[in-house]
Formats: sequence, C-alpha cells, structure tokens
Amino acid sequence: MRAAPYLLCVPALVLFAGVVIVPLVMTVLLSFHDWGQYKGIEPVFILKNWQEVLGDSYFHEMFARTFRIAFFVTLLAAVFGAPEAYILNRMRSPWRGIFLLVILGPLLISVVARTLGWALLFGGNSGLVNKALMGMGLISAPLPFMFTETGIVVALAHVLMPYMVLAVWASLQRLDPQVENAAVALGAGPFTVLRRIVLPQVMPGILSGAVIVFALAASAFATPAIIGGRRLKVASTLAYDEFLNTLNWPLGAAVAVLLLLALIAIVWGANRLVERRYAQVFA
Amino acid sequence: MAFLELERLTKSFGTHNAVDGLTLSVEQGEFVALLGPSGCGKTTTLQMIAGFVEPTSGAIRLGDKDLLAIKPAKRGLGIVFQSYALFPHMTVAENVGFGLEMQGVAAAERRTRVGEALELVGLGAFASRFPRQMSGGQQQRVALARALVIRPQVLLLDEPLSNLDAKLREGMQIELRQIQRTVGTTTILVTHDQAEAMALSDRIVVMNQGKAEQIGPPHEAYERPATPFVANFLGKTNLVNGASVRPERISFAAAGLAGTVRTRIFQGNHWLYQVDTASGLVTVIRQNSGEAMPGEGDAVHLAWEGRA
Amino acid sequence: MSRNGPIALAYHALFVAFMLAPILVVCFVAFTPEGYLSFPTDRWSLRWFYAIAQYPEFISAFWRSLWLGAISSAIAVGISVPAALAIARYRFRGREALTALFMSPLMIPHLVLGIAFLRFFTEIGLGGTFAGLVLSHIVVVLPFALRLTLASAVGLDRSIEHAAVSLGASESVVLRRITLPLVLPGLVSGWALAFINSFDEVTMTVFIAAPGTETLPVRMFLYIQDNIDPLVTSVSACVIAITVLALLVLDRAFGLERLLIGRSAGHGR
Repeated sequence: MRAAPYLLCVPALVLFAGVVIVPLVMTVLLSFHDWGQYKGIEPVFILKNWQEVLGDSYFHEMFARTFRIAFFVTLLAAVFGAPEAYILNRMRSPWRGIFLLVILGPLLISVVARTLGWALLFGGNSGLVNKALMGMGLISAPLPFMFTETGIVVALAHVLMPYMVLAVWASLQRLDPQVENAAVALGAGPFTVLRRIVLPQVMPGILSGAVIVFALAASAFATPAIIGGRRLKVASTLAYDEFLNTLNWPLGAAVAVLLLLALIAIVWGANRLVERRYAQVFA
Repeated sequence: MAFLELERLTKSFGTHNAVDGLTLSVEQGEFVALLGPSGCGKTTTLQMIAGFVEPTSGAIRLGDKDLLAIKPAKRGLGIVFQSYALFPHMTVAENVGFGLEMQGVAAAERRTRVGEALELVGLGAFASRFPRQMSGGQQQRVALARALVIRPQVLLLDEPLSNLDAKLREGMQIELRQIQRTVGTTTILVTHDQAEAMALSDRIVVMNQGKAEQIGPPHEAYERPATPFVANFLGKTNLVNGASVRPERISFAAAGLAGTVRTRIFQGNHWLYQVDTASGLVTVIRQNSGEAMPGEGDAVHLAWEGRA
Repeated sequence: MSRNGPIALAYHALFVAFMLAPILVVCFVAFTPEGYLSFPTDRWSLRWFYAIAQYPEFISAFWRSLWLGAISSAIAVGISVPAALAIARYRFRGREALTALFMSPLMIPHLVLGIAFLRFFTEIGLGGTFAGLVLSHIVVVLPFALRLTLASAVGLDRSIEHAAVSLGASESVVLRRITLPLVLPGLVSGWALAFINSFDEVTMTVFIAAPGTETLPVRMFLYIQDNIDPLVTSVSACVIAITVLALLVLDRAFGLERLLIGRSAGHGR
C-alpha cells in the first residue's frame, strides 16, 4: 500500500538516475582527465585542467567578463523590469492580461530569433539603434554594439527581462492592495507609498528574479555567441570552443563544472540572504 | 434488530482516538444526526460507514451483512459530500445517472428514474446543464438526487448545507426533511450546527472527542442534557449557583435574583439579554410579544422554575 | 485599484517597444526584396520565404525539431503523470526531495547538460543520434510537463473519485471515466509547454546534435555564425509565427497567465 507512491515515481527516477546523475558525474570526472592533441582523452585523475582554469589569467579574464556581463544584465533587468511589473499590476483587465502576454510571450519564442533581431538592430552603420540614437541627437557617430560587451548586455537583458517581470509580478500578487490604501488614508504621498510600503514588500520578488536572471545570464550561450562573435568569449562559448573546435574535452568540462559550482554557490548564498533578511516579514 | 448497527467502532491515529468505541443502532427509515465540534469524530465515523476509512476495531452491520467485509463500491450507500463532488465534465443528467449506469440499468429506465429524481429535488428543467452553470444550492440538490436515485439502503450526508448562506440553508433544511420523509430512506447526517441537527433528526448523537456523550431525540437531549458538554453545545445555557438554566426559561419578575441589564439585543422574534447579577452574567431570552421590555441599565429581578 | 498616470504609461509604452523591437525587426527584414540586409525598407517581397525551399537543410531541420518536440514531450508527459499522481496524493518520505530532483533540470545550465550528454552519449554509442536527442530533450522538458500535470492532479477534488466509487464504479472505471478526463487539460497543456521548450532549445542541443541530426534552432544558429542574411530572418519569422500561433492556442485552451505564472491575473481586481 505504502509502496504505491514510490512505484509511481519509478519511471522518472530511472530517467534521472540514468540520464541526469550519471552524465553529470561523468562530466565532473572528465574534468580530471588528461588530453593531448594526438592521444586524445586519457582517463586518469590529474589536476592539470583545474590548475589551468583556476590559475591562468586568461580564464580569470573570461570568468570576470562572464560575471560582469551577468551583473549588468541583472541590474538592467531589476531597474527596468520591476517598475514595469508594478505598472502592469495597476492596469485593468483586459489590458493587464494582454500586456502580460506581450511581455511574457517572448519567453517562448526561440532565443536565436530574438538575438537575431538584436544583431539586425545593432548591425554596423545601418543599425536601427544607432540611427535612432543619432536621430535623437544623443550621439554623433555610430556606437559599436556588435561584438562588444555592451551589446551582449543589452541583448541578454532583453532575452531575460521576462523572468524578472514574472518574479516581481508574482510577488506583487501576494500584496494586499488595502495596505497601500491604508497608507494613503494615513497621509502618505504616492512616492512615499512606493518607497516605504510597496518596495520593501516587493524586494524578495526582485531578489529572487535577480538570482534567476543572473544564473541564466552567466550560463547563456546563443546570445553571447551571436552578439559577441568569435573573439569576445564568455565561459559558455569558451567551453563550446574547447569541446567542438579544439576537442580538449577535459578542459572544457573543467570550465563548465567551475561555472556550475560558482553559480550554485552564488544562488544558494543569495537565497540564504533573502530568506534570513525577509523571514520575519513573511512568516 | 436494528437496520444499521455500529458496534464499539474505533479509529485511532497513533495514540489519538478519532473515534472511540462508538455504539449506535439505527432503525430503518430513521433520520439520525451526528453532531459535535470539529475533531469530535463525526466525519471519520461517516467515512468508516462509507468505506473510505478503515476502522481500527469494531463492527458495522447493515441488516444481516457485515459491512466492513464489503468494498466501498459495492456497499450501495448514497453519499452527499460536503463539496458535493459533482462530476464537472458531465451534465446533471449524466451525474445523476452515473450510479444507475454502474448498476447496469438500461438506458431507457435510467432516463425515467433520473427524471423522477430530478423532479423530486425540483430540478427537472436542468438535466442538460453542467454543474459549473448552477448555483451552490442547485448543485447540492443534484448531489442529493444522485445519491437517492440508486435507492440506497442508507443515505449519508456529510455537512451538506455548510457551504450555503443562512437563508438558503433554512429553506434547504425543510426541503431535505420533506424529501427524506417522502422517500423513507434511513439517513445519517453529519453536522456541527446544533440547530440544524435538532431541526432535522429523529435522534441526535452528540459527539465529543470520539465518544457519544448523549444519544436521544432532540427534544429530550435539549431538556435533559446528560453532561455539561451537551448542555453547552445544544442551545445556550446558564450556570447559576451550580444549577443549569436555559435562557428562555428565565423571566423578569417582581422578585427573584437581582441584577442590572448590561446588554439588550433585538433579534426579531425574541430579545437577548445579558444581566449582571451577584451570581455572574446571566443570559436571558424573552419572546417578542409586543410588550414593553426592560432596557439597558435597568434594575430587574430574574425568576425561573425550580429556583431555590 | 489606482490607475497609472501618464508618466507610467509612457514608460510602459517604451518598455513594450523595447520588448517587441527585435521580434518585429526580424519579421520586417524577412520581407525585404533586397539580396542583402536593408532596413528600413518600403517595398515588400516574399522571395526570401520562397528561398527557404532551396535550403533542404532548413526544411529537414524543421521536421526533425517537430518530431523531436512531439515525441520527447509525449514521453515526458507519460513519465510525469504517475509521478504527479504520487506527489499530489500521498504524504511519503522523500516527497519534497523527489519533487526537487524532478524539477532540477530547470536549475542546471543547459551548457552543462549539453556537455554532460555529449560525453555520456559518446560513451554509450548514442553520440549524434536522434535517440540521444530525444533522451536529452525529455530531461529538459520534464519539469514543464510535471509542473502542469501536478497542478492538474492537485486540483482534482478527491471526493469526486470517492463519489464515483460510492456509486459503484470499479477502479478502472474511476480512472477511465473520472480521473483521466479531468486531468486531460493539464496533460495537453503540459505537452504543449514541453513542446515549445523543446522546439526552441539550442544551447544544449548545439553540443549533441551532429551534422545529420541538427534541429532548426541549431541550424539557424550555425548559419548565423557564418553570415547574417535575409534568408535566416525569413526562417526566424516562420518560427516566430508558429510560436505565436501555439501561444494563442494555449491561451484559449488553458490560459497563458495560468501557464506562465500558475494563476490567472484576476478578473478585474
């Protein structure tokens, strides 16, 4: 009788044990293997790859760039996405539903198509973004966006923005609208209400959205590959290079595993911080 | 021999007895109410009769059959669940006819009997509607029709009226009683509403912490409560100098227990008073007969039969 | 509910424009009559849509993506239904842990999954095969399928099944006539959401797809790496159109807000 739930979970468990856990363990092991151009992968246990990834300044630069980009993407997403979620929340239906669809829908559109759009918008002298900026008189000569970190940041911010809007929106749903009214009845002006009442309550949502966006931005592949090109590499495109071009799988595995560990640490740490800070508010 | 017998029925979860040695004999055609606060074991008892919970010990007999040996699908009981549990993807007619389908009743006869059952609950015109298109009260009646159409030996009602608003509930209580009288099915009602239990049942089982504190006709349980719990649960009662007195038995007289009216609340057909006396706060209920009544702050004397 | 002032609405308009700009640009450029990228353009042409026919690798990649999505989503749903029933109905030890495990692919970067599968499939001889693709896609779409089948299973009032039993229904009748029909909308939406995610997946797939087994997003990605020309925009426009269609269908059938957020936006709060 009590075996029923376990039996029902067997198919999924088999899938996960065999096709998720085993490959992941194999990847970690792979990062300790040796590799040579002529001998290929040698299944030994050495620290060569890890020493390289952790010690070489090239890799430091790569990871620094990866996390720098992720940080700015997260910042943009939080600064621009949170207010939008708030504005959406105050709309009446059907507008609210329609715009939610418009903003969250792109999540389901291929990231390649979305990034292609940015490549078109950024492209050279005829890029629309530059044309618009020059037209508005903000700049006098076209700015390079393609193959720059700035371009990657803008494109990634677009791709990942819906996750932030989603997280903040979900957190706004938990707010009792009467609380805002109570503050107004007690004499608070609109900005005070925003700053002292709404923002503190919405912070956990913003932070959890930030964690998701950061993790996705740091491990993003297609967008940095297309916008950044072959010369501007981040951790994921670096791993891709090692795997599919250089064929140094062990080194590539080390890069990927290091990225994974760094993300786990950052996400776990951030979640702990959020929980501790906000546990009293939302028991 | 009684029609439905519960013998020392017990259900324990670990060290806690949800139902503790309950013994009850129900006659055929009787309407019995299991009444008590939440956690008293009344719903668990019903679920054991229905077969969805297995008793830890004890027996349940229906006629001469051991009910516990029969699977729930074969017990032939009619159940109205608290949430009505109508099949949302089937029409009213399909809902009501489902039990007959399971019994293998032919389509033509099914149609006739479903029609009759819907007429009985006053929903003849709603046969092709879906549950979501109907109000709470209507859904409740569909659930009742679905339970009755299979001509069950026993009808089990699990707090069927608790989701209805007050006015609707009153009307449904009367209807429920009339239907039960018409059809004559042995019925067990589970409720936490003492007024409802007293209004509908032939006998009332007042339960507390898994045990039956009193079993008897409502009038008797009310007038002669066996324990303080029953006295407090059925209607209101005052404890004055160790004696239990019903508020409606107290009148304002020229002489008696002296007191001051603290609160007076008008409730339509009666007045509710709270009087401060030397023996504590006394609740008094007086019928609204149109006469002038004492106001808040007035000095009064309280008298009742049997007052020392 | 207080209304938004003009500043808020202006911000909102800019935001929406930002969100839609890349997508609209792709669609516009797809209609350019020139042989190179030119934007904006005032003449429309379908030549780049017809040109897709000249590139069989795009067409075969499209069908492969379609089959891959349909099959892996169906299997993912099939695996998630019993798990969802178990998690929704029973209080058993390890329930939270198992749920977290099954949802974990959401937390593992697709980059890492791609590498892991590449290594794994090469070792067991599935490298570059369609079967390998299916397995990997089942893993990444399972959380989506599970989330929706779970929501359906949880939303099913147990007393409805009890009612059916009390009216004489056997276990198989309850499953066939009551449980499955009521859980079906969740299954279908779970399949649809899984399909969309599989259809769009590129980061992981680019590691494990070999030249003969490429999916559409991978083909598009590799093409773009070499050159950006109107052809790939017309392919992208088609992909966008298909996705929008699927979104509209999903919204009708299930409710997109419920899908993405888990609940409706409220009916005029």
